[in-house]
Parts: sequence; C-alpha cells; structure tokens
Amino acid sequence: MNNIAEIAVDVRDAVKRYGEFTALQKISLGIRDNEFFTLLGPSGCGKTTLLRMIAGFEDVTEGGIYLFGDEIKTLPPHKRPVNTVFQNYALFPHMTVLENVGFGLEMKGSSRKDAAKRATEMLELVQLSQFAKRKPAQLSGGQQQRVALARALAPSPKVLLLDEPLSALDLKLRKAMQIELKHIQRETGITFIFVTHDQAEALTMSDRIAVMSAGELQQLGAPRDIYEHPRNMFVANFIGDTNLLEVSVDKIADGCAQCHIGGGLALTCDAVDGVQAGAKVHLSVRPERLILSEKATEGTSLRGVVTENIYIGTDITTMIDLDGGPKMAVRTSNTERGNKRLIEPGSAAFVNMETGAARLLID
Amino acid sequence: MAGGAASGGSVASDTYKNARHWLLMPSWLVLGFFVFAPVCVMVIYSFLTKEFRGGVTWEPTLAAYDQFFFDRGLFGDADPTLQWTYIEIFWRSIWQAGLATILSLLIGFPTAYYIATRPANTRALWVFLITIPYWVNLLIRTVSMKFLLRDEGPMNNSLLNIGIISEPLQIINTNLAVQVGLFYSYLPFMVLPIYAAVDRYNFTMSEAASDLYATKWATLRRIVLPAVKPGVIAGCILVFVPSLGAFLAPDLLGGAKNFMIGSLIEEQFKGNAGNWPFGAAASMILLSMVLVLLMVFAHQQRRAGATT
Repeated sequence: MNNIAEIAVDVRDAVKRYGEFTALQKISLGIRDNEFFTLLGPSGCGKTTLLRMIAGFEDVTEGGIYLFGDEIKTLPPHKRPVNTVFQNYALFPHMTVLENVGFGLEMKGSSRKDAAKRATEMLELVQLSQFAKRKPAQLSGGQQQRVALARALAPSPKVLLLDEPLSALDLKLRKAMQIELKHIQRETGITFIFVTHDQAEALTMSDRIAVMSAGELQQLGAPRDIYEHPRNMFVANFIGDTNLLEVSVDKIADGCAQCHIGGGLALTCDAVDGVQAGAKVHLSVRPERLILSEKATEGTSLRGVVTENIYIGTDITTMIDLDGGPKMAVRTSNTERGNKRLIEPGSAAFVNMETGAARLLID
Repeated sequence: MAGGAASGGSVASDTYKNARHWLLMPSWLVLGFFVFAPVCVMVIYSFLTKEFRGGVTWEPTLAAYDQFFFDRGLFGDADPTLQWTYIEIFWRSIWQAGLATILSLLIGFPTAYYIATRPANTRALWVFLITIPYWVNLLIRTVSMKFLLRDEGPMNNSLLNIGIISEPLQIINTNLAVQVGLFYSYLPFMVLPIYAAVDRYNFTMSEAASDLYATKWATLRRIVLPAVKPGVIAGCILVFVPSLGAFLAPDLLGGAKNFMIGSLIEEQFKGNAGNWPFGAAASMILLSMVLVLLMVFAHQQRRAGATT
C-alpha cells in the first residue's frame, strides 16, 4: 500500500456548467485507493457538485472521471460501484432499518436472505443490531446517520461518498462520529471521499484534503501540509486562525526572504516559489507559532503594545498593536506559560518568531 | 410523523377542550342538517309504500328492496326468482367506475408526476391548466362530448377524411362512450391528490435508490409508489365514488341500454312517474357498497400507518 498507491478516482479537467454559471472550472485530482480524502470549502464552492458528479447525479460538462482506470462519466448512478451517504440520510421511511441496509444488495441481485444476513453484519459494525426491526422515524439523528452509513457500506462499494453527513448532528455526537468514521474507514479499507465545510473536521479525519473555492481547487495536500504551508490567502484564512500581514519583500537569499512590514519592522521567513524580491505580498503566521516576551531576541522580533488578553480555556490569546499599525494575535498554551506572568495590556512586548513559522502567500 | 401529530393534539386538547367543541359546532350542524338528516329520510322512505304520482304513504313495507332483488311476475303472485335487471345495472356501474378509476390512474399518475417534477415556478401553471375545463359546467361539457363522439361528429368526420375508417365508428350510445365520459369528467380528481403527494416526496430518496443500484423501474415500484400511496388511494376514491353514482355521462352518452345506478335512481325521483321508495332503496344499497369499500380502504390505511 505504501508503494505507489493506486488511483481510485481520477478527475481529469472536469468542468461543470449550469447554463451561464460555471460551478466547477477544470478540476483535476487523483484520489488514492484506501484513502480518506476530503473535499473542503465554503458553501457554493463546488465540492458537493464534484461529489455528485462522481456519484452520477450530475452530468460532466467537460473532462472525464475515471474509477480505477475505467471511464464512468456516461454510466447512470445505478451502474457505478460507488455508494453515497446523503446529507439528510435519505433513508426509506416505509422500510425497516434492516430492509434499508439490505436494499442495495437486493438491487444488486442478492437474495432477500443473503441481503438480510449481510445487512445484519453491517448493523453490527455500526452498533445498531437491536434496532433492525424499527422504522427510521423511530431512531435519533445519530442512529439514522449510522443506518445511512451501514446502508452505503453494505454493497461493498469501491468508493464511499459522504456528503456532509455529520452536519445535522450536535457537536459532541459529531466529534464521536468523526473518530468512528475514521476507524470504519481503516477497518474496511474502502476509499472515502468526504465533503465538508468544517475545516476542523477535515483536519481531524483526512489523509489528504482538497481545499476548494469558487469552483477551483486551491490546494491539495495532507492536513499538516495545508495548515502549516497554505499556498494562498484563501487557504490560510479558511483553515484555522491566522495573522495576515502585508509585507514587502526586500531580498531573497539562501532560501530565506527578508521582508519588512509597513512600519519598518523587519522579518525573515522561508522563500516561496513565485514570490520575487520587490513584491508586495501577504504573509500568514499562525498565532501559536509566535512567542511573546518582554525582551527582543535574535532573528525576527517585532515590537508592539499589548492591548488585550483573552482566556479561551486551553490557551490565552494576546492581542498586540505592532509599531507601525498592524495588529497581531499570539496564542500561548496555558501549560507552556507555566508560572510566567501575563504581560498586562498597555505594556510593551516583543513578538518573536522562527524563520519557518511564517509563510508567504502567492495571492 | 403521525405519532407526533397525535401527541401534539393531546396537549392542545387539555388547554382548548371547550373552545374546540364550540369551534367544531358549525361543521357538526352542517353535517347534521345536510348529510345525516337527509340520509335518515332516505332510510325511512326506502321502507315506505309508494304513491303512484310520486311521494309515499306512511305504511312500512319491504316492497322496495323486494322489487330490487326479486321478480314476482307481472301480477306479483308468482314464486319469487332473483331479479337480474337491477343487479346488472349495479354490476355495470361498478366495472365502469372501476375501469374509469384504472384509466385515470394510468394517465393521471404520469401527469401528476410530470407536473410535480417541473421547476417550482411553472407547477402552478400546470395545475391551473388541469383545472381550466372545470370552469365550465359538467352538463355542458358532457353534451359537447356527445357532439364530438356522434356518428357525424368532428371525430368521425376527420377519421373518415384521413381515410383511416370507411364507415363512421359507432361510439355514441355504447359503454365505450360512457367510459370516455366518466374518465374525462373525473381525471383531475386523480391528478390533483397524486400531484400533492409527489410534490411532498423527497426526491433525494430516488437518488439514494439509484445510488444503491436500483433501476428507474425498481425505484418507482419500491420507493416512489409506497411513498405516494396515500395520494393514489385518495385519487382512486375520488374518481371511483362519483363515477359509481354518475348519471350525466350514462344518460347523455350511453343511451337507454347502458344505464348506470345514477340514472336509475334519478329516474325514480324525476316527474310524477317515479317510485320514491325504490329510488331510496337503490340509493341505500349504493351507499352501503361505497361505505364498505371506504372502510376496507381505511382499515388498510390504518394497518399501513401502524407500521410506519
């Protein structure tokens, strides 16, 4: 599995247009076999459209979609070996839970008895065996969600598509289901394509994430890669909290970029392909990668005045007005702070950062 | 869903019990005066003796029911044998109404499904188009139908002109003409309830079914039909019941040989020649049949509801 992974779903230059409106503009991505892959983006970014194109509910205007090498874009949904967990579950209200889960197998040609046997196994997997005889309306939202999952997994699809399946659940249940989904994905070894607008959910569950916006792919990579090395403004803003500063690049040497902020404060960070000396670009730096102190240190150290300390449980966020205008947020973990005293609002302080902490953004 | 509504109702009943009784009063009064009382009059009249110039004399008798079921010869003194005339009329009414229901369902379901799957802003227009014929009185529409279907009517003439037929088709005064009339009169009563049911149907379920390898036909049979069944049953009742008692279409399009119950009953009360107790008895038999039918439907609905 760890050698060159096979591509399960290959989307090649896929375009989707509704009349004049372009929902997806030339998207290409390869989703690997056995992967937990997430399509992440705000509503209207085209992520659900792409998922529905893979499922077969939407036509592909241009380009192609390949499943393990086979072109599937002309196949109707019932001939594609992929199954979907729908956002509002779409369980069949007149069938029992067991009949719901067995439906796909029955339609694939299994006998009623075999379908029921396999459905029973699937209900065990999602821990709902005791509800087999009930109707969906008699279950809670979380239970319905598991039934929908069992129903989609029962016919052993080559790829499982999940369209924001957790969005209707409350926070606690959602977190529990995130972990359970991840476990089920590992256990079954089925490729999951998961659509969500929740960046924390995407970071928690995914092997790789495709960040989308306005019908375009913004960045594709592992959660850590995307969080720590956002490629552009959109990704930096959408994933997690960040400080965005406008900087002018003075010089690039040895993989390092010397920059300065409006007020003349100088800082150094890693150079990025596509950013030349003399450019005015944005720089993203995560609040938890900054260190606050009363003294300047070597390397990048920006002077400012503390305006506010905000206690948020695990951390404290300190707001600082840098000399020359821009504001910054610094997050200090409460365990890390130890017995160090907080710098009170109104006092001067230095924001220190390592060279690798900040990231220049292309646009 | 039904359980939720019922429990909501019980909460309301504690608070608004009295108000609810008063609010229902007008409906109860209307039902009492205009449905229950007339039916009682019918029941009583069906057991009275007929007056020759219409009306009744107050002497209780079973003569009306006897006349319906038994033949006692010209002078009423022969041994009773089963009287087939009226049973045949009933039987014809039942299968005509049944056929009209099935035809309406076959045409009405796709129509309703089509309308319900149009973009939301055009659906109202389609429903409006369905109801347009109903702005014209049923009598006028049935008479027009008679002219259309006539031997020298536009339909026969155009078929003759095209050369598909060499002699005019004998349609008027046949069972076929009655069927066409019934089907045409009551089709919208099939379309509208089914439209309402399909409109409420969540089409994601069809997507889910096709995602789970169901063909279009399997999706329709296993998912869509069970979901819209209440609308289909309502439509069937709304077409079958009035078709059973219809008298305009059989009278105007069917002629004397293709009598249906409605015409039989109508005749007993029209002018002076009628037989009121017999008309009342025939009405009672029709009413009982319809009631039994509705109770069977209701029973099945309740059984289906109990498991949902």
